[in-house]
Amino acid sequence: MTQSRHAPDRPWVFRTYSGHSSARASNALYRQNLAKGQTGLSVAFDLPTQTGFDSDHPLARGEVGKVGVPICHLEDLLELFEGLPLDRMNTSMTINATAAWLLALFVAAAERTGVDPRLLQGTTQNDIIKEYLSRGTYVFPPEPSLRLTSDVVAYSVDAIPKWNPINVCSYHLQEAGATPVQEIAYALANAIGVLDAVRARPDVPAGAIPRVVGRISFFLNSGIRFVEEVCKARAMGELWDEITRDRYGVDDAELRRFRYGVQVNSLGLTESQPENNAIRIALEALGVTLSKQARCRALQLPAWNEALGLPRPWDQQWSLRIQQILAYETDLLEYEDLFEGSKVVEARTRELRQEARAELDRVLAMGGVVGAVENAWMKQRLVESQTRRAEAIERGELTVVGVNRFTESEPSPLLAGEQSVLRVDERAEREQIEKLVAFRARRSEAEVESALRNLADVAAAGANVMPASIRAAHAGVTTGEWADVLRRLFGEYRAPTGVRPRAGSQPDARSAAVRERVHALAERLGRPLKVLVGKPGLDGHSNGAEQIAVRARDVGMEVVYEGIRLTPEQIVRSARDEGVHLIGLSILSGSHGLLVLDVLDRLRKGGQAELPVVVGGIIPEEDARALRAAGVRRVYTPKDYDLGRIMDEIVDVVAESAPVA
Amino acid sequence: MPDADALAGRLLAREREAVAPALNLADDRRPAERALAAALLDRLEREAPFPGAPRVGLTGAPGAGKSTLLDALLRRLRARGETVGVVAVDPSSRESGGALLGDRIRVHAAAGDAGVFVRSMAARERLGGLADATRAGVAILAAAFDRVFVETVGVGQSEVEVASLADTLVYVANPGTGDALQFMKAGVIELPDVFVVNKSDLGAAAQRTAHELEAGLALGLAADAGWRRPVLLASARDGTGVAEILAALDAHFAHQVASGALVARRALGRESFVLEALLGRYGSFGLARLGGREGARVRVRERSGASSFALAEELGREIEASLRGPA
Repeated sequence: MTQSRHAPDRPWVFRTYSGHSSARASNALYRQNLAKGQTGLSVAFDLPTQTGFDSDHPLARGEVGKVGVPICHLEDLLELFEGLPLDRMNTSMTINATAAWLLALFVAAAERTGVDPRLLQGTTQNDIIKEYLSRGTYVFPPEPSLRLTSDVVAYSVDAIPKWNPINVCSYHLQEAGATPVQEIAYALANAIGVLDAVRARPDVPAGAIPRVVGRISFFLNSGIRFVEEVCKARAMGELWDEITRDRYGVDDAELRRFRYGVQVNSLGLTESQPENNAIRIALEALGVTLSKQARCRALQLPAWNEALGLPRPWDQQWSLRIQQILAYETDLLEYEDLFEGSKVVEARTRELRQEARAELDRVLAMGGVVGAVENAWMKQRLVESQTRRAEAIERGELTVVGVNRFTESEPSPLLAGEQSVLRVDERAEREQIEKLVAFRARRSEAEVESALRNLADVAAAGANVMPASIRAAHAGVTTGEWADVLRRLFGEYRAPTGVRPRAGSQPDARSAAVRERVHALAERLGRPLKVLVGKPGLDGHSNGAEQIAVRARDVGMEVVYEGIRLTPEQIVRSARDEGVHLIGLSILSGSHGLLVLDVLDRLRKGGQAELPVVVGGIIPEEDARALRAAGVRRVYTPKDYDLGRIMDEIVDVVAESAPVA
Repeated sequence: MPDADALAGRLLAREREAVAPALNLADDRRPAERALAAALLDRLEREAPFPGAPRVGLTGAPGAGKSTLLDALLRRLRARGETVGVVAVDPSSRESGGALLGDRIRVHAAAGDAGVFVRSMAARERLGGLADATRAGVAILAAAFDRVFVETVGVGQSEVEVASLADTLVYVANPGTGDALQFMKAGVIELPDVFVVNKSDLGAAAQRTAHELEAGLALGLAADAGWRRPVLLASARDGTGVAEILAALDAHFAHQVASGALVARRALGRESFVLEALLGRYGSFGLARLGGREGARVRVRERSGASSFALAEELGREIEASLRGPA
């Protein structure tokens, strides 16, 4: 072997974000994935678990087991990992508002099965800030949430020393529209917010801070512009090195190392010609693996058909194979950093770094991440970036193959056949609830009550909630009970939508034409066209709803947008009180069937059957047909990128429904 | 076509289900609907009991935390059994006419509670940021609920308009931003009856803003010499001072009822409304037909028995007739 090559490096950890229906079904899936050569687990929890509700809570209806596995108590978690060696696994858990609780369950499961918690390896995502900005599974206000985050960090650093207690996420920022500069700046501001909170704790000695810094890991996104992604990861690593040295005085270079995992971009995956997504995913993987110096530690790839619905095991296998080919067939791992000394990469890295530093300083000047969440600064920047992106696609300035260019296509054989996506068995929710009810009947109420009282006392006193949570896990406390104790103490929170009252962009000729129609219809209606954009259920992915709201405003409609997590009852009442002409619902969690039908039913019972409803989301065609049959006027899916046309159709729908004067 | 008289009757019987259709009607600009709305509002103004529901205006710069504060106030009012109607005014885009009716999401107490009614309105083409239909909205909500709030973004001019339809005007200051100084410079510091410095959890910055406001108040004259205008510190976030704000609102309302100031204030509000409505529709050229502002004021005072809505319609017809006839 020549000097320029060496024996292959050990590859990153291969993961697939997965979990659905029940602990048992997900356990079977994990075993299959490991048998296929996956080297780490990435647990997807369902929305009730992520937002602190038991499976039988009214808000959980229709959401149980949909986008992940439901975990209500210790037995669920034991079942999830049954037969898997907890001390030899590397497990990543996408859990945030309830991270302390899921980690407590995980530790309790280790203790219950005779595994020393100090051997546990893995990650709790535990990043609440990006939940307010993008993902929406927050529960409590920013300050107490950040305190829970720091509880997990402070506890783990000694008790579970190999655990990554937080994965600071820039992933979801890119999904929400962030530019590379925004992705870097806001993720680093976020990490600083967490570290400052940990440093301020009386129970963390100053000497422990370098070790805490060494446990902070990041979770990045990688988009299709993969050269820039290489530069982004390098710039972020350089800035992290600088911040940890200057702000936190970490001398050990090893502890300053920028460690990150990745899920590549889902935002750019298309519903039309979905087979192209497999190629996009492979190219995106290059962005975070090419440069050895800035290579990810763990990688998870989405499936080619994510824009259509939930991926099946075969779809996930295809993505795993991409990783394996890249790591084991290509010669990528046999070289040192490919970009060492590259003027081009250096220059772009420097630009990103300088611009990100400036934006980071701006956020720090407004009180850091908590301030910039509460005053909506970051959220507004993201909504603006996303709006610009959507407009560029509509105008053809940004090419998306198969969407706004090269749209002629042969029928895809991959989409032939009955089901090209996974369907969660509707019985899963009922079975999960039956299991939960039986579990509650079995446990000792006295122990549960005592554990909950202890948790409440500890939380109120400001002490670390982790030991009390682990005790509660052993006692048989449920996810909903744990979260309820903290809800009573901390209160609940509604984050700003980032959707601003005033228009930002100049309309093109087409928007101007729609605007004319909106104004003409307003004349006929006697008052301005008013619409309600609602997100029922627990799904917090609000980007689509926000883009619709912004565009509707820009074409002259009055838009009532009340943010995420509304019940059908609240939406129907709001529509009536606000006097709107149309309701638009956005649902991405797959629970559209139940929630939309509930809204229609309530409208009928309230004497508003004539109020038109349109729906947008990740909705398979057969579901769309069922919704239209039930009375939904239009159904929009990710292939409907042309917001201008959607606006035009909203005018049509209202015009059809309005009584002739 | 809705039955305006029946709607008015249902509102006077405090029927929640009548509120939304009445607001829709009051918002309707078609001639036949306008006439019906005027009839409905006329009956409400004449038949609603005095003093009825207190009408509270809430103003302050964007970001001052008005919605969060309102949410905290609503929770408390609901806890003591009061029903509340809210008119929330947002600016609309002058160019497109479109509007995002705000981050109402922070008024979370309202969600799913039949005792709270929120109607958002866009300020539309009017200057000053206050919706055309705001006054009508307030009258309708005041008939059906125990208390009414009007929330609007303060930029100077809108305080004048909210003041004309509120019994109590609350200015919410955002500490440490200079908003309060801007507000004092805008020359409308005589208008608010209660000052709230929000975000008192910020500590020194909030104290400083409170002192600035107090100093500003000491220089100016209040419209009502019998009411000492309080500067209250509060934190909508942790609930500090919310009970005190509510106590101040109650005290101010009771004071005005006892002193008779409320009668005068509502009469003045009625005059301002008629003038603004006529100016909005016919401009100062049209108003000149009634002898300008002063002439119009006299006409309004002469007709003290008529409702403001009926009067605006009646005087409007007079202006139209005179514009058609020889000058």
